[in-house]
Formats: sequence, C-alpha cells, structure tokens
Amino acid sequence: MTTELSLRINGATHAVEVDVRKTLADVLRDDLGMHGTHLGCEHGVCGACTVLLDGRPVRACLIFAVQCENASITTIEGLADGERLHPVQQAFIDNFGLQCGFCTPGFIMLAAGALAEKPDMDDEELRELLSSNLCRCTGYRSILLAVKQAAAAMRPAAR
Amino acid sequence: MARTEQAQRYVGGGVLRKEDPELLTGQGKYTDDIVVPGMVWAIVVRSPFAHARINSVDTSRAGGMPGVIAVYSGADLASEWAGPLPMAWPVTEDINNPPHWPVAKDKARFAGDAVAVVVAESRAQAKDAAASVEVDYEALDPVVGVEAALRDGAPLVHDEFGTNKCYTWPLADGEVDDVFAKAPVVVKERYVHPRLIPNAIEPRAIVVQPVPSQGEFTMWSATQVPHIAKVTLSITLGIPESKFRVIAPEVGGGFGSKLQVYAEEAICLAVARRLGRPVKWVEERSENYLATHHGRGMIQDMEVAATEEGKLLGVRAKMLVDMGGYLQLVTPGIPLLGAFLYAGPYSAECYSVEFTGVFTNRTPTDAYRGAGRPEATYAVERIMDALARRVGKDPAEVRRMNFLPPFSEPTPTPSGLSFDSGNYEATLDKALELVGYDELRKEQAARRESKDVKQLGVGLSTYIEMCGLAPSQVLASLRYVAGGWDSATIRCHPTGKVTVLSGATPHGQGHETSWSQIVADALGIPFDDIEILHGDTAVVPLGMDTYGSRSVSVGGVAIHHAAERVKEKARKIAAHELEVAEDDLEFADGKFQVKGAPDKAKSIPEVAFSAWTAHNLPEGLEPGLEETYVFDPPNFTYPSGAHICAVEIDTDTGKTEVVRYIAVDDCGTIINPMIVEGQIRGGVAQGIAEALFEEAVYDDNGTLLTSSMATYAIPSAAELPRFTLAGNVTPSSTNPLGVKGVGEAGTIAAPPAVVNAVIDALSHFGVTEIDMPATPERVWNAIQNAKGGSK
Ligand code: FES
Ligand code: FES
Repeated sequence: MTTELSLRINGATHAVEVDVRKTLADVLRDDLGMHGTHLGCEHGVCGACTVLLDGRPVRACLIFAVQCENASITTIEGLADGERLHPVQQAFIDNFGLQCGFCTPGFIMLAAGALAEKPDMDDEELRELLSSNLCRCTGYRSILLAVKQAAAAMRPAAR
Repeated sequence: MARTEQAQRYVGGGVLRKEDPELLTGQGKYTDDIVVPGMVWAIVVRSPFAHARINSVDTSRAGGMPGVIAVYSGADLASEWAGPLPMAWPVTEDINNPPHWPVAKDKARFAGDAVAVVVAESRAQAKDAAASVEVDYEALDPVVGVEAALRDGAPLVHDEFGTNKCYTWPLADGEVDDVFAKAPVVVKERYVHPRLIPNAIEPRAIVVQPVPSQGEFTMWSATQVPHIAKVTLSITLGIPESKFRVIAPEVGGGFGSKLQVYAEEAICLAVARRLGRPVKWVEERSENYLATHHGRGMIQDMEVAATEEGKLLGVRAKMLVDMGGYLQLVTPGIPLLGAFLYAGPYSAECYSVEFTGVFTNRTPTDAYRGAGRPEATYAVERIMDALARRVGKDPAEVRRMNFLPPFSEPTPTPSGLSFDSGNYEATLDKALELVGYDELRKEQAARRESKDVKQLGVGLSTYIEMCGLAPSQVLASLRYVAGGWDSATIRCHPTGKVTVLSGATPHGQGHETSWSQIVADALGIPFDDIEILHGDTAVVPLGMDTYGSRSVSVGGVAIHHAAERVKEKARKIAAHELEVAEDDLEFADGKFQVKGAPDKAKSIPEVAFSAWTAHNLPEGLEPGLEETYVFDPPNFTYPSGAHICAVEIDTDTGKTEVVRYIAVDDCGTIINPMIVEGQIRGGVAQGIAEALFEEAVYDDNGTLLTSSMATYAIPSAAELPRFTLAGNVTPSSTNPLGVKGVGEAGTIAAPPAVVNAVIDALSHFGVTEIDMPATPERVWNAIQNAKGGSK
C-alpha cells in the first residue's frame, strides 16, 4: 500500500509516493537518496539514524515516514550553513570525534538538537545525553570533548 | 637503521584528519549507499536450529509472492561453487577441514547458518517471501560447549571426522616437564574467555554488479580485505580474477569481523551471475549477531613454574579453542597469533603451549580486535598476579623481577621469537607513578581495615603484543597460505600533485591522513596536495589489506620505501638538469639543492614535470615519476605497555566501578598522536567492556540469547570511565620508520588489568577467581562464596 506524502526536509519540500510501512529512515535513504542518515540496528538502540524532527532528535528507524507529514525534518546533509560547518560538526573535526564515521551523523544530530535546546548542559548531562547512541570506535571521550566544545560555541554569549 | 634525512614536519604532529569533512556532512559513501540501476535484493533464510538435518526446502510458495524473482536452496546453488568458502590457515597437516558451502545443503551447523536465498525487486518483498520458504528440518542434538564437544558420544558437528576435534597445535621449547617437576613453586589456574560479538556499527553490506556479456563482476563490500576477497572468491566462484574487481568503499568499523570472506559475498556473486542483474544484500543487526563471526571463546589451563621468590622458570599452557560450526578464513590460526606470547615480556627457561581447536554448533569464530593476543595476555597477566599472591609479593615487584632487560636490537625470547625493542620496566614505572600506586595501596589498606562497603582493587597488565603481520616466510612456517607483505605506489603528477596507492584498507583508522604525513615529509609535498587511494582492486592491484595492527608497520613502511625510490630517481633527473653529480645534491626543505649553492635547486614537482615532458632526461632513464615498493617485513613488531586499573567494588551489590585507568603504551614511533590516542581509547573501551560487560550467551539448545543490541552489552558513554594515556616510545628495530602498530593494544591490555583489579579488591575475602565478564552478579556470588567458605 502506498500513499502520497509531502515531506519538508532541510528546508525543501519533497513530494514522494511511499509504501506506508516504510520508516522515515528508509524513505530518506531509498526514496530520496539521502544516504547521510545511517542504519546501524534498525531497532532503536544504536542511534546512528538520528535526525531532527521539528528540532528534536528522533530515531528515524523507529518512526514511519507517514508520521512526519507536517513536520520539519533536518538531516546531516542539511546541518551545515552552506560551506560553514555547524559548530558540532566543526568540533568533531577539532576533537577527532570520529573514526569510521558510521555513528557520526547520529551523534552530531543528537548533539545539535539537544544543544540547541539546552546549550548549558554540564559534563554529567552531556554524558547522559550521549549515552543514547552507540559508537564502537572512539571510546566516547573524543565525542564528549567535541560536544563540550560545541556547547561552548553555541551558548548565546558565544554567538 | 637509517632514518629520513630531513627535518620532520608532519610526522609526529597532531594533523587533523583529511577523512572527516566528508564523513561529517553525510557525504561518505558506505556500501549500503551504493545504488545500481536494475538492482535486486537478496535476503538469506537462516536456520533457527543450532544443529539440524535439512530434509527438504520448498521454495514454491515464496517463489509466487509479489516481486519475487527467484528462490534458491543450497542444492539449487550447488553448481555455482567451484570450491567451498576459503579457509586460509590449515595450522596442522592433519587438521580436520570441513567444506563450508555458502548455502548449507544437508545440515545446518549453527543457528544462523544460511539455508536458502530469496531474491526480489525490493528488500521488503524479499523479506516477506523469506518467511514463506518452507524448510523441513530434523532437529539434532546440538553441541554447545568445547568440553562437551570432546566427550565420548558427543553429537558430531561434522560426521565425517568422527570427532569434534579440529586440530592440536603444540609449541615447546626447553625441558618443560623437568623444570615443572623440580620447581619450588607451581601455580595453575583455569581461565575462560567468553565469546564476544564484534559489533561494528555498520552492518555488513554487499552489492554485486555483473557485466554478463563480458563475464565481469564488480563487488562492493563492507570488508577489511578487498584484495584477499578477490583472490579467494574468484576461486570459490570460478570467476577469473582478471574479470573480478572488489571495492571496499567507506567501511564503518571492522574490529576483525570484516576480516572475512563471507557466504553472503559468494551468494551475491552467484545470484548476480545466474540472473545477470545487480544484486544487493544488507545485513540486519540480528544477522550480525548470528552470521558475522564471533571472537575469542577459549578455555586456558595456564601454569607457571617459579622460584620461591617469584622468578619465572617456565610456562606451560593448554587451550581449548571454540571454532564454531565451520572454519572461516583464519579461524584455526587465531590462537597462533598469541601462541608466542604466553611468557609475556618476561624471561623464562622453558615454554610449552598447546591449542586444541574444537567444533561446536555455534557461530564460527575468527579475528576480533587482538585475535589470540588478548587471550594470551590475559592468561599471562592473570597468572602473574596469582604468582605474586602465592609468593607474597606485590604484583608490580614480581613483574619487575621477571622483565626482559631493556633492549633496542632484536632479542630472543622464551617462545623462540625475537622482540624488536622495549623497555618494560621503565614503562611500568611510568604507569605506577601516573596511577599513584603507593597512594592506592595505602587507601586499599585503610578500606580493608575499616571494612568499607566499597573495597578498592588495583590491577596491572604489562602486556606485549605481536603486530605487523607478517614476515611471509614465518607465515609459511605457520602454514598460512598467503604472504604478509604490503604495497605502495607513489605517482608524482606533472602538475605537482601526488597520488598514493596503498594496499592497506582502512575502516576508520585514518590512513589517508597518516599516509599523507609520511609522504609530505619524505618528498616535501604539501599535505593537501597528496591524495591517498585504497580499497579498490582495480586501482590498487597489490594489497594485503588491514588487520592485526599491520597497516603502518607494513603498508606505512612500504610508503616510506616507495618515497625513497621516488627520490632516488628524482635525484638523477635533478642532477642531470642542474648539471652536477648526484652526490653534489642534498635533499633538504623538499628540494634537491646543490651543496654549497642552495639556490640551485629542483623540487619534486619540478622534477615530476621534467620527467613527464621527458625532453631532457639522463641517458637511459624512463619518463615519468612513479615508483612502487612491496614491503615484506623482516620481523614482527612488538608493541608493549603497562596498563593499570583501579576499581571500586560495592561489596553489597557486587557492582564494579573503574575509578582510575592508566595506559602507558610503547607503539614505536608515532605518526599522528591524535590517531594513536583514538586507537588506544577505542581499544581500551572494548577491553574494559570485555572484562565487565560483554559475552555471547547461548542456551543449551545452541540458541544465542544475546542476539540484539538490546541484550548484548555494548557500553555507551555512560558506562565507561575516563582514562589517562601516556607513552614510552622505543622505536622498532624492524623497520626504518620505527613504527610498531597500535590498533589492538587496548583490547589486549585492558581485560587482565580490570579483572586483576577486581580480584585484588576482593582477595582479602579469599576470592582468587572471577571469570569475564565480571558482572555484579558474578562478583557478588564470588564474595558470598568466599565468605561462606571461610566461615
Ligand atoms: S538504526 Fe535507528 S537506532 Fe539503530
Ligand atoms: S566512529 Fe565508528 S562507530 Fe563511531
């Protein structure tokens, strides 16, 4: 069973005809060719598929595309401002917050969404936040440092 | 050995990674991101039974479902195979080596074994139809543990052998039995290494594109070993190697689990050949648990003989190793990678180890980060602590009195290998100081005294590993069928840019950055003007890929040598153009300068242009500036280090918390400190997880209970402690860069450091034994048993 759907992604509107059983992740990847959103487990544990739905981090493997009709979706492809990287992206380079890069879009979207809402999280809160996603390469320390740097850059005083 | 002659600029510096910008913006292309027009999807139907006879496979219902193109049983595909899946390490002459067909025909030998393949227009259609493939199984008694497998009358995984024993591989040196019989102290313990599931976050994925009219195939695969896959799969499928190209695009972590040639790769090639259409398969996470190989799975009976003072006299160890249901690419050889390290960095008069490989009805095992060396190190470091307890000495002291003395040239060791360089005692001293050892011991005594609920323990692990796989002749003597070399080509373009082809295949290690650093320094080319190509057999013809911490010490050294060759040729051209003798030139600041007249100079880009125009080359010299070097290492490299872990254990709940972790590593000369640190941190995280959290648990039916990310305990940011890293570099004497390798140090060093700390915290209760993972339940039980026993 398919249905017509209009999705607002990274500021652009996409009209797609999708299988109703498809998750947002599948539609992004298969129907729209946006491969930056990764699938690590397809059952809501690893967080590699994290995108922003109306600014909030969600797991794109756990939400059906049809649920996203009137929402605004941001993916890793839409995070940078043209050539200018988002502070979280820049901080990941500066702090070597990635190795294989597979978990990275998920962590970046998670942090970008959470920090936009609350840029003044302390270390404990950040660790708690980052524990929603899994990375097998880094041991997390460099991710934590990256997110701390990004948080500092995103605080209103820093802007 | 001679080092590079010029001032270093990039090597050793914390250069930011070249790889990152694309990975951070969603532009990295992993295998699942590859879409080929006309592509169909494959889904593998898997046995739910650990051990079952396959009486029949009825594909008719599935075949009629929407979108389904074909459904194949093992029998249907049998004619596709020119040979079974590859097994490249027959460790003994009489090894029982069963054929491993990509799709099982008669029997399923582990839960997850492939029994049929469904091909459909979409993945969802294939998946729907897979549920309708009717397999008539006759469940057989499974054999789940290695000891049970060796009992008389145990069910047989492979009937034709009449036993579940795969091989026995011994290594002995010295009068072992004699030494043990006469030794004043003998300590014997049994250690169990649980099976671990590697869990790269990127699942495996494969795309095969055929060109039917030409008989050509291109395979993209999430693999660590595109070159090895090309050679071996061409044999399995009977595809001429000349018509077969393998590409490993971005690969999302491997940890050894993608050092494999998998059934699904063969299946996708076979289906693409049958249908003449591109085929894609992407692993589901549940399949990653069942059908991607596991690691470890070993029982060790470890013994040391020593003097009353704790001076080691000999090592004797017997191991049972779980092979699982089949032998994968290097399954039998994994324990051999640790076989020479059962005396650690210590001296001993005699040495004997023996490994027995055993078939079980479980997922095949193979390399997982460290591969054989974590097992060896765990046994050695655990028993050093046991020896210290036995002779009543501090574990640091017992280690100190047994270390090999500092050395910088190849030095023979008890197992018969020659280590490259090391200063083990200095490394330990540095770690003891950083961790605040004396303070910790005082604090520990105080807490014992006050019967604190939270007891403190300190664990040491002074490890040695064996990297840089490997000298080809040594591999031959170990009966490994391939070589251990790697290649590099440096191509200097006439416009001054440089392309480097590397036979190593990164999957997160940052080779593009490290290799650029080496070349930038060697040739005086700007870092950003260097492009590194890898992971494509059509672009890089010669390669042995990435595993076993070999990339820098084999592939990186090959780059160094290729750069030397480029300079050799460039020097000839520069001398000719400047009309001086070659000896009158020195290479400095990225240029060949005339000695005494440095403004008369030619840079590599200038020479590259001259080499391209070929207008004015020395007599007999070929045009072009491109050189290849294939490096076969003369010896392994032997990184080492001291890791010290302090834990706090809540004796009421059994919960262990790592409160301090110090890692001092000697991985030889460091090319990029940031990348090295990342490797150590990631490895230590996995090592701590092995010690405290992770285990593949099976029930008696051979069903994997920890079969999802929700049940298998991969640590998140909240579970891991902070750790402090430091180095104590002794350059390797094996290669001109002085590098040793660092990818596996953490998983090798950390588990015994943590478990020793746990036991140390509880030893005053009489606890001497805790197996990994040291979960709260196990720790609590150990405390209760010890207390009960002492009453
Ligand atoms: S893929 Fe969505 S949480 Fe893992
Ligand atoms: S960088 Fe590889 S999983 Fe996180």
